[in-house]
Amino acid sequence: MPQFTTPAELEAYRREVLSGRDSAKPCITLCSGSACHATGSNKVAAAIALEIEKQGVAAEVDFRRTGCHGFCEQGPIVVIYPQGVCYLKVQPEDIEEIITKSIKEQQVVERLIYADPNTGERTPLEEEIPFYKNQQRLILGSNLKIDPKNLDDYIAVGGFQALVKVLFEMTSEQVVDEVKSAKLRGRGGAGFPSGVKWDFARQAPGAQKYVVVNCDEGDPGAYMDRSVMEGNPFAVLEGLMIGAYAIGASEGYVYVRQEYPLAVENLAVALKKAAESGLLGTDILGSGFDFTVKVHRGAGAFICGEETSLLNSLEGKPGEPNARPPFPATKGLWGKPTNINNVETWANIPLIINKGAAAFSSIGTEGSKGTKIFSLVGKVNNTGLVEVPMGATLRDIIFKIGGGVPGGKKFKAVQTGGPSGGCLPESLLDTKVDFDELTKAGAMMGSGGMIVMDEDTCLVDIARYFLKFLSDESCGKCTPCREGIRQMLKILTNMTEGRGKEGDIELLQALAEATLGSSMCALGKTAPNPVLSTLTHFRDEYAAHIHNRKCPALSCKELIAYYIEPEKCKGCGACFRICPAAAIEGEKKQVHVVTQHKCTKCGGCLEACPAAFDAVRVLSGEPVPEPVAAEA
Amino acid sequence: MAEINLQIDGKKVVAQEGMTILEAARSIGVEIPTVCDHEKLLPYGACRVCTVEADANGKTSLVAACQQPAANGLVVRTRSEKVDRIRKVLLEQMLSHAPDAEQLVALAATYGADRDRFDKEASFCILCGLCVRYCAEIKQKHAVGFFERGSKREIAFIPEVAVRECWDCKECFPLCPTSALQAAYVLTEALMTPPEVDGPGSGHACAGHKCQCG
Repeated sequence: MPQFTTPAELEAYRREVLSGRDSAKPCITLCSGSACHATGSNKVAAAIALEIEKQGVAAEVDFRRTGCHGFCEQGPIVVIYPQGVCYLKVQPEDIEEIITKSIKEQQVVERLIYADPNTGERTPLEEEIPFYKNQQRLILGSNLKIDPKNLDDYIAVGGFQALVKVLFEMTSEQVVDEVKSAKLRGRGGAGFPSGVKWDFARQAPGAQKYVVVNCDEGDPGAYMDRSVMEGNPFAVLEGLMIGAYAIGASEGYVYVRQEYPLAVENLAVALKKAAESGLLGTDILGSGFDFTVKVHRGAGAFICGEETSLLNSLEGKPGEPNARPPFPATKGLWGKPTNINNVETWANIPLIINKGAAAFSSIGTEGSKGTKIFSLVGKVNNTGLVEVPMGATLRDIIFKIGGGVPGGKKFKAVQTGGPSGGCLPESLLDTKVDFDELTKAGAMMGSGGMIVMDEDTCLVDIARYFLKFLSDESCGKCTPCREGIRQMLKILTNMTEGRGKEGDIELLQALAEATLGSSMCALGKTAPNPVLSTLTHFRDEYAAHIHNRKCPALSCKELIAYYIEPEKCKGCGACFRICPAAAIEGEKKQVHVVTQHKCTKCGGCLEACPAAFDAVRVLSGEPVPEPVAAEA
Repeated sequence: MAEINLQIDGKKVVAQEGMTILEAARSIGVEIPTVCDHEKLLPYGACRVCTVEADANGKTSLVAACQQPAANGLVVRTRSEKVDRIRKVLLEQMLSHAPDAEQLVALAATYGADRDRFDKEASFCILCGLCVRYCAEIKQKHAVGFFERGSKREIAFIPEVAVRECWDCKECFPLCPTSALQAAYVLTEALMTPPEVDGPGSGHACAGHKCQCG
């Protein structure tokens, strides 16, 4: 392990690392984030190592396991540099061919490269795949280039240069001013200007101060922070150290979810290596700046993403919020001034220092600068992590990058901002991703969750789903959050089960007003959003559930019935054989009938019925016709 | 102590630094309703019935008077239409747990709250935390605490502590605005009482208090 006691030593080491690397030498990189782990990246890695040895090409090729590339739908992903040829859904048995063709013969393995789902057009280079081409990956970009456990890799891409610049060329005030003029806003959800927050902590009196990384990412379907922490922990650390220097802290904490084992592991390795090489500890690089970091693993409560709850949890107390003021900037961890930012926010800091506030703030909109990582999931062709400049439209993200809705279905809504975000309809797809624009549209930026829904999704049921999540995850301390969510959930459950009644919408609105207006923390203050945004944009659907006992999306099980049209049924028996509830009656060549009281509404018959007959229909809000005995 | 000038319901108030809006209001005789507030305990902010409207820096926000510090230039309204609507809903939510609690019934009359607006909930407890906080802050015994979270949150006595501390204390009982506490205590006591078996040391009902049998 190298030892750095001056910036010159660090720079000399960087040159040494770079001079030992041949940029023309082929390098096989394999995505090793959590998502690719799930699709077998470990086995692929073993196969690559074995094959390199078997073919005797160890001297001609490098192999690197990197962080998440973002195109998780298509993992495990192998990219061969320097060309950037990208292979998708790679399995161990593909490796022999990849090494033979790609490395030895300089050819492309056609069957493993990206093919457009609509046109079939094949694209060998990663940067030309539409999913990547339309992104601007300032933060995630490094994930592709470095092995998160390798300090040399991070140093080679210019790691810790921002720290050196800050420690030796800038005062703490200048650092804060730089972040202020970059107009960086917190990526955790609320979008508070980070520089302003830092300044509060910097100016707060007290010798002991703390900086904290919030890696308690809890939104269902969102994993931006996990990927950054797994893929580039050194960048988060560097940002944190710069923040510590700016506010005058000598101790930092990383609060990371226990459920993110790989993030915990990579972070621990990064901290150990930084400490061993003198980048953490006392008198870092001879600057006189001392800094140490402790890792705290959260036990999985969603509320601990809220900063005062997180700090309580760090202190060993129950994860429940405190009233603000006092804000953590003046009275935070152990009562000391504390600056807490989200992972993505911290990862932006080295970028701002290296490139300058002006370069950073040239990207984005008036009120929101830089890029934002979104976790694009749901009914969309290309699920994964996307990083776009602020100001990109939802339409571009969902259709240009995401490749639209699969299966020829129609787009219905996109939910942004996590469980307490909002659902926006097609008519608002040109909304720009910008803290203020999204809020104005009735959704929110949140931490970057983006769930796409198609025409088969019932928005009343979606509101119910998110309220159920929030009712489990509210800490229960204050009445409007605990009781308000409980009552709203009851009403929504009743609606989706056919027990909605006149006045329910008004009651939901009254409950929402109280929960939003009087809850203690952001969880309660935003909890009614799923209800309010769907009420605004999909009110007809609520009305249909209440007045007609009808689910227009044909999704709520209690409100639908499967029915076999006698004139179309050929009596083939396909539905009869598949029905797990023995709810279908009918002899061969006879019209089949669904016995409604036995039906569990699994939809098996609908799928089983041959397309040529198309005899099964889903009914909602209308009576099921009486069966007529007829020859098929 | 610096003086702080603010306005509450159109009246000028001179408050001391460190005072909350609730304290400032009380100092001039303006009544703000509370349920979880107690003079001996730290502000907790659970019931939110003390929510008021406050204008500061050109922005109007809803804040809990029991926790929000009085600040210079603040303009507070304790009874706007919106505040009343919110209090009504909060009271209705609490009444679904404790429909006959005197304090809640009295407030319901003021705010037009309908105790039957929501279906009756199983527990009487409105989780104001008076018992929990009194036991922790004043008695420093931590015999009663919160368990679970969200809509499953409840209070419970910790048997190992309760068996030692509660018998001669019970000071939390009269604090309870809904009588839920007795129920909880009785329940705990019942759970803790092993079946009657004769003989010393066999864990009969007197375990823990002053009986010397054990």
